[in-house]
Amino acid sequence: MKVSTKWLKDYIDLDINPEELAEKIERTAVEVDGVSRLDKNLKKIVVGATVEVRKHPESDHLNICQVDVGAAELLQIVCGAPNIAAGKKVIVALPNSRIAGNVKIKKSKMRGEVSEGMICSLQEIGFSESVVPKAYAAGIYLLPDDAKPGEPVYSYLGMDEDIIDLDVTPNRADMLSMRGTAHELAAIYDQKVILKKPALQEDLTDKISNYIQVTADKELSPTYLLRIIKDVQVEESPMWLQRRLWNAGIRPMNNVVDVTNYILLDYGQPLHSFDYQKIAGKGIEVRLAKSGETLRTLDEEERKLLPNDIVIADDNGPIALAGTMGGLNSGISAETQVIALEAAVFNSSAIRKTARKHNLHSEAAMRFERGINRGTVAEALDMAAQLIAELGNGKIVAGVAGTQDSIQPVIINISTKKINDVLGTELQIAEIKDIFERLGFTIEEENGNFTVSVPVRRWDISIPADLIEEVARIYGYDNLPATLPSGELTPGKYTYKQQVIRDTRSILEESGLMQAISYGLTSDKKAQRFMMEDAQSTRLNFPMSSDRTTVRMNLISGLLDDVAYNNARKVSDVMLYEQGRVFYRDVDNDRPREVEHVAAAMTGLYSAQSWHDEKKQIDFYVTKGIVEHLLTVLGVTDVNYRASQEHEEMHPGRTADIFIGNLFIGFVGEVHPNISKEYGIGRTYVFELDLQKIIDFNNELIVYQPVSKYPVITRDVAMAVGKEIANADIVNFIKKQSGKILSNVQLFDVYEGGKISTEQKSLAYELTYSDSSKTLEDDDVTADFEKVMSKLQAKFNVEIR
Amino acid sequence: MDLKDRLTKLKVKALSEIDTVEDLKKINEIRVNLLGKKGPITEVLRGMKDLSKEERPVVGSLANKVRDELTAAITQRREKLEISKIARKLEKEKIDVTLPGVPVKAGQPHIIMQVIDQLEKLFLGMGYQVVDGPEIEEDHYNFEMMNLPKDHPARDMQDTFYITEQILMRTQTSPVQARTMEKHDFAKGPLKMISPGKVYRRDTDDATHSHQFHQVEGLVIDRHITMGDLKGTLQSIARTIFGDEREIRLRPSYFPFTEPSVEVDVSCFKCGGKGCTVCKQTGWIEVLGAGMVHPNVLTMAGIDAEVYGGFAFGLGPDRFAMLKYGVDDIREFYLNDVRFLSQFAQKG
Ligand SMILES: [Zn+2]
Repeated sequence: MKVSTKWLKDYIDLDINPEELAEKIERTAVEVDGVSRLDKNLKKIVVGATVEVRKHPESDHLNICQVDVGAAELLQIVCGAPNIAAGKKVIVALPNSRIAGNVKIKKSKMRGEVSEGMICSLQEIGFSESVVPKAYAAGIYLLPDDAKPGEPVYSYLGMDEDIIDLDVTPNRADMLSMRGTAHELAAIYDQKVILKKPALQEDLTDKISNYIQVTADKELSPTYLLRIIKDVQVEESPMWLQRRLWNAGIRPMNNVVDVTNYILLDYGQPLHSFDYQKIAGKGIEVRLAKSGETLRTLDEEERKLLPNDIVIADDNGPIALAGTMGGLNSGISAETQVIALEAAVFNSSAIRKTARKHNLHSEAAMRFERGINRGTVAEALDMAAQLIAELGNGKIVAGVAGTQDSIQPVIINISTKKINDVLGTELQIAEIKDIFERLGFTIEEENGNFTVSVPVRRWDISIPADLIEEVARIYGYDNLPATLPSGELTPGKYTYKQQVIRDTRSILEESGLMQAISYGLTSDKKAQRFMMEDAQSTRLNFPMSSDRTTVRMNLISGLLDDVAYNNARKVSDVMLYEQGRVFYRDVDNDRPREVEHVAAAMTGLYSAQSWHDEKKQIDFYVTKGIVEHLLTVLGVTDVNYRASQEHEEMHPGRTADIFIGNLFIGFVGEVHPNISKEYGIGRTYVFELDLQKIIDFNNELIVYQPVSKYPVITRDVAMAVGKEIANADIVNFIKKQSGKILSNVQLFDVYEGGKISTEQKSLAYELTYSDSSKTLEDDDVTADFEKVMSKLQAKFNVEIR
Repeated sequence: MDLKDRLTKLKVKALSEIDTVEDLKKINEIRVNLLGKKGPITEVLRGMKDLSKEERPVVGSLANKVRDELTAAITQRREKLEISKIARKLEKEKIDVTLPGVPVKAGQPHIIMQVIDQLEKLFLGMGYQVVDGPEIEEDHYNFEMMNLPKDHPARDMQDTFYITEQILMRTQTSPVQARTMEKHDFAKGPLKMISPGKVYRRDTDDATHSHQFHQVEGLVIDRHITMGDLKGTLQSIARTIFGDEREIRLRPSYFPFTEPSVEVDVSCFKCGGKGCTVCKQTGWIEVLGAGMVHPNVLTMAGIDAEVYGGFAFGLGPDRFAMLKYGVDDIREFYLNDVRFLSQFAQKG
């Protein structure tokens, strides 16, 4: 809502600079988008009178004008506008003036003719295209005949008015009007408003029933009123009216439509004017649209009406979409003589649906959606009728058609104690009383208990909390104390699950991974890759793009997008992890289960070549090492890794499924080359774990193991084994076959080639033996070691070397 | 020559020898030669048998004195030589300490998570619980329980990704509050919670809009909660994130789930309030929304609005991070460019 401070002065006597006023409004009522004034930065733009206009000899569209700008000599100005004529008042930018966009105008020559300045259109001096009257849109603007040559144009055009642009929140629709805003300012500045009432003059020789009857469904339109104004001459509105409209961002049209828009701004009451002679029959009905009905609206669009649209209908069918837009056929034209003027209240949720479905978000619709002042419907109608009659030399037919519901002020009880309890203040009864009175509320008070009667114009207020807000904002939020809740103490700590999630993050970060946050919405294809369980995907019903249609069921896809983004920007070493949810939907449910996962994607170098160390490439084992570290620090035991070819998107020879005992919790491995190629990334290693399964793992408290006082004995063994035999099989076998004295088996070397046959690899282990109760005998260890080695030879056909 | 002279000469000669020796082995030899059983001092002591009774103790004590002096000189010399030997060794071990150290491999939290972590720490310290909830919600919890019935005009304020008519991507983390309020047993004390997490809006991604972003919403409900308590709590947030000198101011606003509702500005951390490009010359930056919980919201959750009341606030860690670090494109947060992420390695 663009509020002109000059217009405000009609209603309230405020002498405050506009920036200060805007700041006060922002701190007390609603947000302000800005304060502006059209003549800011303009210079030397004056009224000119075209004394003589003749064709430019060298041009078929230019004219040479002799213009009186109030100086001793006439100025010669070359003008290309089609509507230039002699004997008109025009906008002249003098030599060395400044017009819109900081453009300087200088004396120049146009096709050999001197031009001392420029005759301007409204757009050229800063008006928005959308408010310029259609008649002047393609040419220059013509000022009223009584404009004085040489005077600055600013006040003629209302450009010297300060405009405060209010960003009105949905609850404060009362401020979508000049009168509502005036009331608000009166409360803020403890002033009184002076509002003009309509001085209605009806033609008592004629009566409304001669023209029209109204039937309105109370549910759809609790108030529906029509007046008839006859013998109207439709023409351009006077300057004062045009100024008010364009300063509010509305394009002036003609004296009828302009009045309805003026009343919309003034009262916040949307009005609609029909050309009475285009209405079929005498009956107007407010009803829901019937199936198959259509209407060509004022924007010349043929609309199929929907069953929930409220329409205004005559004998032939709909003539307007109630509260949103009128019909083209019954609209006001230059030939209109009799006007049916409508002021109504329509069901706000129905208007909201119609506005949305037809994409018709008009000023009127917005107000009906948010509510209007039901106390001034008839008054606004009278004011408009009177103004139309005055401006168009018409007569108001006596009487109003239709009915109006009666609306009572809301009564709310509230105590001083309640107000102070909620605000944390110590306001006195008199202070609160003063605030309510400033707001224009009627009050009764006894021992600090208030009975507040809220005027109809503040329909946003209905409960005590609303009154508390009124008190708080008028009293001033700056004056509230700053304290902290003082009640019972509560412990603040993470749940076990939250703690595991946060531990997981910090363990991975300490392991060198950076946290990534990718998008939860992805493409259908990417959502369904790297899956860890069978589930249905969850799709948006109206996605905005094909990249974001489906909720993710894995984290790796997003991380690969991130790797690709980095690789594409020549960042080749990437180690990212993400902790977040995946969404598994079961067949019969609309809503998916949300499961916490953690995943990582790593590519390039683990550490770079330096003067101190060789470079180290990220590979399967670097990645697995991080998984092992994570699970160890989280206290997960009994973890085992099994080669897996189950994952379509993973390298079949370089992927392991991860289990706790026999519970599958995730996988680690290299991304399948086909997928890497699709993303345009290098060899990339990933893991993804179901964090919930780790959280559910019964995490036993670590029990302290006493360190043995006796020395340990170690035995090293190297063996050649078939390539197909897994390290885990050998380690598990050694552990199973050894006696209690074996405390650890450590792989310390793996190699192939050299003296080892091509079918074999060499593995070297260190076996550690210890006993916590006595010193081990060398012989006991040797016996145990040799027993196990011979079993190993028999089982796996290994050659001990 | 008499024994005394011999001793004196011996001493002078030996001392000069000790003083000039440069080798640890040699000093050992000198010690054996001088003080050993075949050494000159022993020899002198042996020659004492020819002396008179009066002379014997005099010469004897002189001999012992000379021996002590020489022993001390040898020890001193040896220590000196040992020190210089170590010094020579260390000299050889000298390295270029200006060569770079071996880099420590370390990742770090995402910048948005750092902001959330800071807030969690603040609120855990003030006795709040951190509560998580579903990202895919029911319309009922996301909107209706928040006092936003189906055709409420304020629903236009948030464009929503729907999955079905009733199921949607949550547009705020307040549904977590609705769920928690429903379950809370006030016999066990007040409800103090924050709910951090991802939220989604049907927005076209550009520099200032993202279809996915984060929120941290807070809620306190008890018997005697005031708007002053809200103001003090908001001040703590502003100072934790933007610095101890920050002031806040409240402006009226509108949210369906609070009444009164306020918009919260923090004094500009860049210019301190004088006006700059960050605060658009106003000295203030809008950072969050808050208010006193609307009685309808309490009633819908089964809480007696006559007895209990509280406050709620909601803020965007993405916006906080953008403001604090001068990030001018919200999309940066979700592209995970390593060069972007690694700029936020510093703690605090
Ligand atoms: Zn600033």
